[in-house]
Amino acid sequence: MTQATLTGSGRAPAGPAVEIDPDDIVAVPLRHPWRWILAVFLLIGFVSLGISLWQNENIDHPTITEFIFNPRILSGVVLTIMLTVVAMLVSSVLGVLLAVMRLSNNPVMNTLAWLYVWAFRGTPLLIQIVFWGYLGLLYSQISMGIPFTDFTIFSVDTNTLIPALTAGLLALTLNQAAYSAEIVRSGMLSVDEGQYEAAYSVGMSPVFTLFKVVLPQAMRVIIPPMGNETISMLKNTSLLSVIAVLELYTVATQISSQNLRQVELLLVVSCWYLFLTSVLSIPQYYLERYYGRGKARSLPPTPFQRLRAALRRTPINTHRTDSQDAS
Amino acid sequence: MTGAGPGTSVATSRATTASLASEPDAHGVAVEPLLSALKVRKSYGGVEVLKGISLAVNPGQVMCLLGPSGSGKSTFLRCINHLERIDGGRISVGGELVGYAQRKDRIFEMNPREVARQRRGIGMVFQRFNLFPHMTALENITAAPIGVRRISKQIAKDRGLELLDRVGLASLAQSYPAQLSGGQQQRVAIARALAMDPQLLLFDEPTSALDPELVGDVLDVMRTLAADGMTMVVVTHEIGFARGAADVVVFMDGGVVVESGPPAEVLDNPQSPRTRAFLDSVI
Repeated sequence: MTQATLTGSGRAPAGPAVEIDPDDIVAVPLRHPWRWILAVFLLIGFVSLGISLWQNENIDHPTITEFIFNPRILSGVVLTIMLTVVAMLVSSVLGVLLAVMRLSNNPVMNTLAWLYVWAFRGTPLLIQIVFWGYLGLLYSQISMGIPFTDFTIFSVDTNTLIPALTAGLLALTLNQAAYSAEIVRSGMLSVDEGQYEAAYSVGMSPVFTLFKVVLPQAMRVIIPPMGNETISMLKNTSLLSVIAVLELYTVATQISSQNLRQVELLLVVSCWYLFLTSVLSIPQYYLERYYGRGKARSLPPTPFQRLRAALRRTPINTHRTDSQDAS
Repeated sequence: MTGAGPGTSVATSRATTASLASEPDAHGVAVEPLLSALKVRKSYGGVEVLKGISLAVNPGQVMCLLGPSGSGKSTFLRCINHLERIDGGRISVGGELVGYAQRKDRIFEMNPREVARQRRGIGMVFQRFNLFPHMTALENITAAPIGVRRISKQIAKDRGLELLDRVGLASLAQSYPAQLSGGQQQRVAIARALAMDPQLLLFDEPTSALDPELVGDVLDVMRTLAADGMTMVVVTHEIGFARGAADVVVFMDGGVVVESGPPAEVLDNPQSPRTRAFLDSVI
């Protein structure tokens, strides 16, 4: 561009006017009036909805501001995050294991994984939560020993071994593992057959190939739906209210049953869920970027890099003006 | 091939190609072939694609497999490192049966770990390169030495850079495969195979997926390897390469070896009409 300007000014001393190549198309851009009209209508709609919510006398706004950072609510938020993180991590490991079992040549492993997915994906999560929560009703004692004999190593009361929190965690994790297994399996199937052959040809064992070659490539396909699952998990933790695990939603219902401000507390809880799901999209972005390396010729810039580039634009311009002045 | 039928046993099979079995080398000393195949058979769903392939490659020799597509040459190559399992016959590399262990009179299938150990000595270069896309060129080369041979990272890295230099790509060590041209990718793939110090290198149409102007670089690397004494089996359509670099040229068609011998004989004075017809169509 600098080059063009320089030669241009040499030929025609007309000044800074932009030269127009006769081959360039100079056309009036296509107008889109309907986009503007639709946008205006929507804006009016949203603003009036906002105003009606704000002026609604049935919503007590001070309650919202009072409870949004209430210590009990905050402890619920912490537990919700903890449940989400632990359940997602453990279920991902289980999911990989199940996917590998499902894809293995071993018919026993294969069937076992299929049965697992069939059972845990085929029944409602809510029922699974209640089931683990009330396991004590089914088996009052859990003991370990040799089947069909009287020999036992230990025996404990079920409700001692599995309190509500553990039961909830167990339910979320085991249910999620079934879904994660299918996501991981689809990711592994997306890896080209030639990759296995190349790995085997340099003497890699099947297990080494899995961890070093197949899974890192599958991750690119696995991460986006897993981000989806993480967001679902975050919200599904609220189902644990049925077995009285003190996560965000349970805490909110407890408070609202005392002060009878149900809608306000639901709004508080919704704000927190929205905030947390928004935050979750950040690690997903960077994970996708990391596992996308080698796929694209060059990685797209991160938002921070884009910001930095935008800020750097000014010095580049100064530099160009300098060189022009020098000539 | 679990049951060793009388027709497939080593003792009763007769040599069908010129270079089979022990042959005296230049000094008149008998050499054990590095690769020997005896009456190798392989079927896919009832269609027999290999109908008793017998051939042998001595250490340091380069064998080129020629033939029309569907003649079974790629399948045979894949059988050599047990990517395909054979239905009959024997393949042995370095005196060891491939994919099977012989104890007394019985043949046992190897477990995946034993097969993996065996494959370390047999390098392979693929038509579609098959580089690991999530690793840099250097990581592609060092992954197996570090992870499989348990060589220290620094030594593997130095050796990897040396190999990249050997294939003329030292400056691209940190590039990802997607950033390399086809010819560069294939040369990295050759370096990756060499990093395991294989005694035998297999090439499955290494230049078929390349733009014509990139073929030369890859063939040059292969010629250098051949000159350095690497034992190679090359499935190719490059008649020029076969003529210049091969010690033995094998022409396959319909799952059988039609003709084999030194390139001067097979390429310039083919005996079989099928070989002649193929060569006429290719050149």
